[in-house]
Amino acid sequence: MKFTLSWLKNHLETDATLDVILDTLTDLGLEVEGVENPAARLSEFTIGYVNSAEKHPDADKLRVCQVQTDEGETQIICGAPNARQGITVVIAKPGVYVPGIDTTIGVGKIRGIESFGMMCSEREMELSEEHDGIIELPNGEVGQSFVDWLAQNDPAKVDPVIEIAITPNRPDALGVRGVARDLAARGLGTLKPLPVTPVAGNGPSSVDVIIDADTTDGCPVFMGRVISGVKNGPSPAWLQDMLRAIGLRPISVLVDITNYFTYDQNRPLHVFDVDKMQGNLRVHRAEGGETIVALDDKEYTLAAGQMVISDDNGPESIAGIIGGAVTGCSDETTTVFLESAFWNNIQIALTGRALKINSDARYRFERGIDPAWTANGLELATQMVLDLCGGEASDVVVVGAIPDVSRSYKLDTDRVQSLVGMTIPADTQRATLTALGFEIDGDQAHVPSWRPDVLGEADLVEEVARIASLTRLEGRPLPRITEGLPTPVLTPIQRREQIVRRTIAQLGYNECVTYSFIDQPSAELFGGGTDATRLENPISYEMSHMRPTVLPGLLQAAARNQARGFADMALFEIGAAFHGGEPGEQHLQATGLLVGRTGPKDVHGSARAVDVFDVKADAEAVLAAIGAPAKVQIMRGVDDTWHPGRHGKICLGPKMVLGIFGEIHPKILTEMGVKGPAMAFTLWPAEVPMPKNESVNRGAVTAPDLQAVERDFAFVVDTDVEALTLVNAAAGADKALIDNVRVFDEFIGGSLGEGKKSLAIAVRLQPTEATLKDADIEAVSTKIVEKVSKATGGVLRG
Amino acid sequence: MDHLRDKYIALIAEAADENTLEDLRVQAVGKKGEISLEMRALGKMSPEERQVAGPALNALKDEINSALAAKKQALSDAALDERLRTEWLDVTLPTRARNVGTIHPISQVWEEVTAIFAELGFAVAEGPQIETDWYNFDALNIPGHHPARAEMDTFYTHRTADEDRPPHVLRTHTSPVQIRSMEAQGAPIRIICPGRVYRADYDQTHTPMFHQIEGLAIDKDISMANLKWTLEEFFSAYFGRSVKTRFRASHFPFTEPSAEVDIQCSFKDGTVTVGEGDDWLEVLGSGMVHPSVLSAGGIDPNEYQGFAFGIGIDRIAMLKYGIPDLRAFFDSDLRWLRHYGFASLDQPNLHAGLSR
Repeated sequence: MKFTLSWLKNHLETDATLDVILDTLTDLGLEVEGVENPAARLSEFTIGYVNSAEKHPDADKLRVCQVQTDEGETQIICGAPNARQGITVVIAKPGVYVPGIDTTIGVGKIRGIESFGMMCSEREMELSEEHDGIIELPNGEVGQSFVDWLAQNDPAKVDPVIEIAITPNRPDALGVRGVARDLAARGLGTLKPLPVTPVAGNGPSSVDVIIDADTTDGCPVFMGRVISGVKNGPSPAWLQDMLRAIGLRPISVLVDITNYFTYDQNRPLHVFDVDKMQGNLRVHRAEGGETIVALDDKEYTLAAGQMVISDDNGPESIAGIIGGAVTGCSDETTTVFLESAFWNNIQIALTGRALKINSDARYRFERGIDPAWTANGLELATQMVLDLCGGEASDVVVVGAIPDVSRSYKLDTDRVQSLVGMTIPADTQRATLTALGFEIDGDQAHVPSWRPDVLGEADLVEEVARIASLTRLEGRPLPRITEGLPTPVLTPIQRREQIVRRTIAQLGYNECVTYSFIDQPSAELFGGGTDATRLENPISYEMSHMRPTVLPGLLQAAARNQARGFADMALFEIGAAFHGGEPGEQHLQATGLLVGRTGPKDVHGSARAVDVFDVKADAEAVLAAIGAPAKVQIMRGVDDTWHPGRHGKICLGPKMVLGIFGEIHPKILTEMGVKGPAMAFTLWPAEVPMPKNESVNRGAVTAPDLQAVERDFAFVVDTDVEALTLVNAAAGADKALIDNVRVFDEFIGGSLGEGKKSLAIAVRLQPTEATLKDADIEAVSTKIVEKVSKATGGVLRG
Repeated sequence: MDHLRDKYIALIAEAADENTLEDLRVQAVGKKGEISLEMRALGKMSPEERQVAGPALNALKDEINSALAAKKQALSDAALDERLRTEWLDVTLPTRARNVGTIHPISQVWEEVTAIFAELGFAVAEGPQIETDWYNFDALNIPGHHPARAEMDTFYTHRTADEDRPPHVLRTHTSPVQIRSMEAQGAPIRIICPGRVYRADYDQTHTPMFHQIEGLAIDKDISMANLKWTLEEFFSAYFGRSVKTRFRASHFPFTEPSAEVDIQCSFKDGTVTVGEGDDWLEVLGSGMVHPSVLSAGGIDPNEYQGFAFGIGIDRIAMLKYGIPDLRAFFDSDLRWLRHYGFASLDQPNLHAGLSR
């Protein structure tokens, strides 16, 4: 919403400075978004008087002028044809910046004669395009500030333009008068009266109006009248200046008048050219499929139910949104029908959205205009048409009735204290509401018709506090919920998420936050990309679907980093993945990605390509950190994002998957543009069972004094026997005695023959009651060999 | 006897290695060594002679043994010195690479914020990122036709032509979590709701995804003055210095009265410094929860009241840590992650200070 200071002052009697007005607007909730103040850049220009002007001895077109200024007589060389003795001029003294020529004036010599300043044209001060000569003022004192002179004689030229943001609850402030009312309520001046004198009609309107029965809820009242004998054409300069200042293009006086009322009083109007109409006007709902070319020269196809105003030729206006081109006014227009109607805000919003029309009328009707101003707006606009275009007005056609929006709420003057915490005397509260147009009747506050947003007692409090200024609010401590120390607030899973995050970072990964939406092809690669997780209005092709897993975002990040020249990296992210499109169809994933080598080549020869056992170790470390059981199953069989032979599912039983680790499938890397090798793990922290026992007591440590014994075994097994099977078999030989079984060597092929491998394990025996004797060790060794043999078919390597 | 002593002390001193030393030991104090032989001869002496020669011989044996031990230690020390001399390393060589992980600023700041509000008794509530339009809008007093809906740049989920149910939305704020929490636990309640939120906007200062923390405190007598105190305490703790706030009237459909909150700052040479100067920076929206919103959450507005506010996590991270570009938060540029990331052990808490 834009307006000029002088426009504001049409409604507000005030001596407040521009700065005070700007600060107050923002404080009132009418946030100032910008201000253009032409006076600011002209503040150093002053008025002078040319005492004498003589031809420059060395130039025919230049004059050497002696100019009276506030600093005495000074010499200025001037090339303007009208530079002559006895005129009052505008001077830029040395040091003054002249915007129109983008130059700061200095002292210079022109053809050998010194010049101490410049006499300016309008264009040089960016006041207009006028550049035929320097400005000749009809009056003005030598030394007077030119800005002050303009303010007195041509205020439009120095009129500051203010732009404010209007929150959706304040349609009344979409008219300058509403803004003035707020400022007056704050005490920044007084609201000028706006008397309405009805224009007497010269007889019934030649255009009649009917509203279909099914449309009265959308158009409770429609008023209008015919004005004949008007002369259209360009608006007077003052009206053009006003509209142009706020960024509107003057069109013709009839159209400009409607725009003026839109911005002045939040009262959108429309004028039909009666000579281009056929018959009377009918307000009704479209059947669907009708078309209309609107004033923006675009054709719109109406949907069933949308409100239109038609004549015998068909739709002539999309009600409350935009008029039709056919009945639009032109310079030849002599008879018009002036419309002032009230449209239901919801229906206007829905139609406007459906047709994608953003007009000033729609913007205001959908936020809510003052229904009680329907007639007044029509009368004031009629008078303006008669004043500017001449003609005669008919009687007013009124169809329907102004909707009754009267309501009142109890004004509890203690509520400001209890809800906001400000102390404002009851009388002040009542005076504030009165100034805003409320009528106070006992403890009831009757809401003015232009405030559709006030719908309860809390709104009254808001108005009182807003006008009093929230800057007066002083903080008061928020009492603790309980006396004593605060208790922990994180839920177990929230705490777990933090532990997972910090553990992965501790393992050397850099945390990323990638977008939750990815492109469809990538989503499909990871099991998503269906319509369930598709966005209707994605911001780009790359962000069309909710991610099925976190991994593709990390792979894309890896590809970007590789393109920047970083081949090796460790990235991770913790966040939601979406397995469906319904609320709650999301789950927490923690994914780590290793790409390339463990580090740059080094003197120690320690750098190597990342491998599956790197991510397995990291996955295990993270699971251990959140208390996952140490004993897990490593199973196979996952989707084809992973290398079919180089992955593992960390499980507690077949359906409880805590995580997956492995090498990314080479095809995926190709698709995602990542140069491998690439290893990853994904964990589902919520799947790890929460501890059943909430006690933090750890029990006693088991640390037997007796010496432990370690024995090594090497078994020859088939190559497809998994080490974990062998380890579990060995450990099961004597659960009490065997403390730990560890694989320390794997050897494939060679003398073992095709399809065989050797796995060597170290078994640590920890006696708890008596020192082990050779016979004990012998017995358990035999059992271990038996168990392993039974479980794997392996034999002790000879 | 003295000649024996002089001879062996001299020979021990000259010994160049351990073998020589062992030979000398055998020669002198071995079973058949010179001193052992002399000791055997004691038996043939008169008691008087023995009384003099015995102790002398024992003393001599001890002296020789000590000399042998000392020389042995000296030789071993010399040998170790010699070995160490050859074991010189160029310690200016670089080490084996060790990846240093980092925590993203969003995670770090979210933990900082949580630590502060936990002190005030605010729990952490979370909710779905895909929401129904009821939770995201209607329950928050934003009905279908409300202009605020259009202004939110909402992402909608896809619906096929034959599905007549309304599309879901990607939550435009974390406020729906407030409704869900009120429904679940009623009043009194104090929560913060952190998380990802989405708006269809992408330019220099907007990304289609960003992060918010919403706060909600409902009780019988919580006022806007409590809100101001809470926010000033929060900002002062967060920025590590006293920060004043300025409340300006505004409008949000879900609060009434509503206020935009500015924090005190200075703008110098393109740098914003919070907590000093005469300028104000708009950082959040807040207000007293609208009675309709309380009702939507199943709380009786005649009995309970309270405040709500919403802060951009990304935004206050940028402000505190001098991060210039929002878009870079989501680009995962390793250089950015390493520069702006935090050490894994740098866990924020109030007793040690939020930031190192």
